[in-house]
Amino acid sequence: MSVVTESGPRPAESFRVGRSQRNVAWTGIGALIVIVVLAFFPYLVYSGTTAIMVQGFIVLTLASMWNLLAGYAGLVSVGQQAFVGLGAYFVLILALHGTSPFAALPVAVIGSGVAALAMWWLVSRLRSGYFSIATWVLAATVMLFIERFNSIGGGSGLPLPGLAGMDPTLLTAYTYWIGLAVTVAAMVTVYFLLRGRLGLVLTAIRDDEVAARSSGARVGRARLLVFVVAGAFCGAAGAVLAISQLQVQPSADFTVQWTAEMAFAAIIGGLGTIEGPIIGTVVYMVLQQTLQNFNAWYLIILGLVAIVVALFARRGLWGLVDSRLHVRLFPVGYWLRSVGADNGRADSGPVDSGPVDSGPVDSGPVDSGPVGGGTVGSGANPV
Amino acid sequence: MAWVNAIIQGVLTGGLYALFACGLSLMFGVMKVVNLAHGDLAVIGGYVAIGIITVTHVPVLWSFVIVVPVMAVVGYLLQRTLIQSALDRGALTTLIVTLGLSVVIENGLLEFFTANSRGIGASMTLVTGSFSIGSIQIAYLLALIFAVAVAVLLGLQWFLSRSSYGRLIRATADDQEAVQLAGADYRHVFGIAAALALGTVALAGIAFGMYSDLDPTTGTDTILLFAFAAVVIGGLGSLWGTLLGGIVLGVAQQIGAQINISDELLAGYLVFLLVLVLRPQGLVTRRTQS
Amino acid sequence: MTAVGNAVGRPANGTPLLEVSDLTVHHGQLQALDAISLKVYPGEVYAIIGANGAGKSTLLRTIAGLHHPTKGRVVLDGTDVTALRPERRARQGIGMVPEGRRLFGSLSVEENLKVGATYARPGPWTIERVYETFDWMRARRNQQTAQLSGGEQQTVAIGRALVANPRVLLLDELSLGLAPVIVQRIYGMLPQVLESGLTVLLVEQDVSQALRVASHIQCLLEGHTTLAGTPAEVTPEQVEAAYFGLAGAAALPAEGGESSWPG
Repeated sequence: MSVVTESGPRPAESFRVGRSQRNVAWTGIGALIVIVVLAFFPYLVYSGTTAIMVQGFIVLTLASMWNLLAGYAGLVSVGQQAFVGLGAYFVLILALHGTSPFAALPVAVIGSGVAALAMWWLVSRLRSGYFSIATWVLAATVMLFIERFNSIGGGSGLPLPGLAGMDPTLLTAYTYWIGLAVTVAAMVTVYFLLRGRLGLVLTAIRDDEVAARSSGARVGRARLLVFVVAGAFCGAAGAVLAISQLQVQPSADFTVQWTAEMAFAAIIGGLGTIEGPIIGTVVYMVLQQTLQNFNAWYLIILGLVAIVVALFARRGLWGLVDSRLHVRLFPVGYWLRSVGADNGRADSGPVDSGPVDSGPVDSGPVDSGPVGGGTVGSGANPV
Repeated sequence: MAWVNAIIQGVLTGGLYALFACGLSLMFGVMKVVNLAHGDLAVIGGYVAIGIITVTHVPVLWSFVIVVPVMAVVGYLLQRTLIQSALDRGALTTLIVTLGLSVVIENGLLEFFTANSRGIGASMTLVTGSFSIGSIQIAYLLALIFAVAVAVLLGLQWFLSRSSYGRLIRATADDQEAVQLAGADYRHVFGIAAALALGTVALAGIAFGMYSDLDPTTGTDTILLFAFAAVVIGGLGSLWGTLLGGIVLGVAQQIGAQINISDELLAGYLVFLLVLVLRPQGLVTRRTQS
Repeated sequence: MTAVGNAVGRPANGTPLLEVSDLTVHHGQLQALDAISLKVYPGEVYAIIGANGAGKSTLLRTIAGLHHPTKGRVVLDGTDVTALRPERRARQGIGMVPEGRRLFGSLSVEENLKVGATYARPGPWTIERVYETFDWMRARRNQQTAQLSGGEQQTVAIGRALVANPRVLLLDELSLGLAPVIVQRIYGMLPQVLESGLTVLLVEQDVSQALRVASHIQCLLEGHTTLAGTPAEVTPEQVEAAYFGLAGAAALPAEGGESSWPG
């Protein structure tokens, strides 16, 4: 007996692609309100609190950047601390020459961005593990290089000049505001980058890099842009760090602990979402503040939580919320709605409700070579 | 003459680096795991040895005999549980998990042992003395570590090329699926590789504790990058490449120190970067592979 | 067309050596196989044909355990192996020569065979016997497999599977990337394989080659079975229709009263 199947033509259906417009307006207004409220904090709370908030701003900026790098662009960098340190040192160098540290911040941002450009040239061809190692070595090298110059403090660093005469309350307020400004700028940048063409390209790359390239997506350009933006804003965070600490020290500013903190905050909050880093930062700050008197414990617990989240809640805490409530505060995805013969049918729901659908970017365990290697062994070809 | 001395010291230090690195070479080469906790695991080996010696007052050599096998077993278990789960989820998860492990270990050590550095004291002249060849002073310990490194590498090399499990490890590194089709559970093979890795790294940690001092952050500050440097410079897939990589690193550092005393580390990292940028597959190319 | 293997009618009450029931497999959201069933009896050469994307390799990989089916079962000699990991199935007797050879590139020819023999079942095949069957191999047994030609590599891959003494040998696209004359030579040693008591389930894009060696044939198209029978029963037109999914292929008469075919 033989069986022959006939596949007739499917009934015609047309689809319309839409952006989620619904809650953007509300979120935008909500965000504005939050920002305004935050801006008033120096008038409302003690300087101790604003100092903590500045720490939070730094971590949030860094976490957003790591999320952009690893969660969207698949660039697992273990060397972002290089830019944190560079940002701090740019401010120091300019301050030593008479510039106000606050005015030096834009320079720090641009300088870090340029440094990122240079570094990208060195590491862009490396794959996966090699890329990560390379970024770390670069960071270590940058630190050692800077430590050679005694004019900027050598191995022990220098206090930050130019702010000594300022009224302490005013200084705290300005520091706070600049921290807030950097964080807002970082998140707005990330949002608009991902909502635009870049976001689409990055999603395409994550799903299938070869297909993305053949469709004309400028894969290298996209990643370069992400790396530079991340470098720039990590530099900005470093500048804020220098201002808030009133000193610059290589061991503190270039420590790989920054990468651990931003990575953990990003992972715990949820990679591949814009809201995730916010939650992750909150968790981080709560842990740090509650366990302050127990020294290293907050890091131990942070590390453990990060491990647990990475293994069991891949989309992080925000992912848990998102999957229950299907809420997206900062939507960057596309919806597929069917129109036509079946008018009145409910929306088919998000085809890709955002880059997070496939989970954090995982290239899989088997990358065969350091440069442009292919996959061996784990491929499953649907033939 | 100072230069010759520098080169010789560099070569010998390369043995220590190779000892750090051979476990990493296994894990990175076979399982593609970037184990950021590698250095910290070496430090744990050292601390455990210190603990044992302090409590039981056994001779230093005994600590090797006890700690190394125990760490090997720990390595197997760690691989089968934590690292395998991470591997199943992808490279990013693996990195996060090993980073988390590193942070937990370091801060755990910090909590329980404080930040003070400790050494594994040994009063034998073998360990503290040195001999001279001409005008060059060579510490016994360093030469011994180099010899041990070579012996360990020889042993590993023999194991990988001759034994059944060694073959399985190499085969799994080539093609995980095909090895399953041949009836081997690759998770078990990975476990064996991890056991070897942790055993050797514990050995390296104890050796380092005798040569220098250990503190909770030595793992990431010092050991990890050196280990990766040796592996990358030498080239994945070749244990002798790892020795070569360690030697190149050591010599680069010593030459850097000759040029400018504070540039020792920098010189090593610059060579590392050079290799990464120009020849990431390393100096010794692996005999591969279609 | 002469087929190798047990082309005679199947035992009415016999247990198939390998049975696949209602196997449905998905790749993510894509359905690769839709309720596929088949039975392979001892000594047969069962060929699965079909165009690219038809699901042939997926079927074989699922049988070997490298894919999880969404539904359905794989049964080896009466034992349900659906839940077993690939290495367990290999030790139970399902041996596979995967698509693309997949030799261990950094190992020599002999080492590849040794790996294959690590978890071997008792049986007639040994490394020695592989050397006797493929006489060129012994002289080059220490050579790196990457230096071998495609046909030689394919032979080593087959040898690697054979030394484990499987009961069912799965061959995935042997002809891929090889010149026709080489392919014929490789298929030419199938009789020796069967002589030693193996049963073969193979996937082949080259239809005429498959028809030459198979005792039973099944055609897949987009995850469905479009044709099944013995080479003697099917006409070239039917095969073509089934292969390309053209409407109008006639039903074949049932075989000996037993309904072993997917209906």
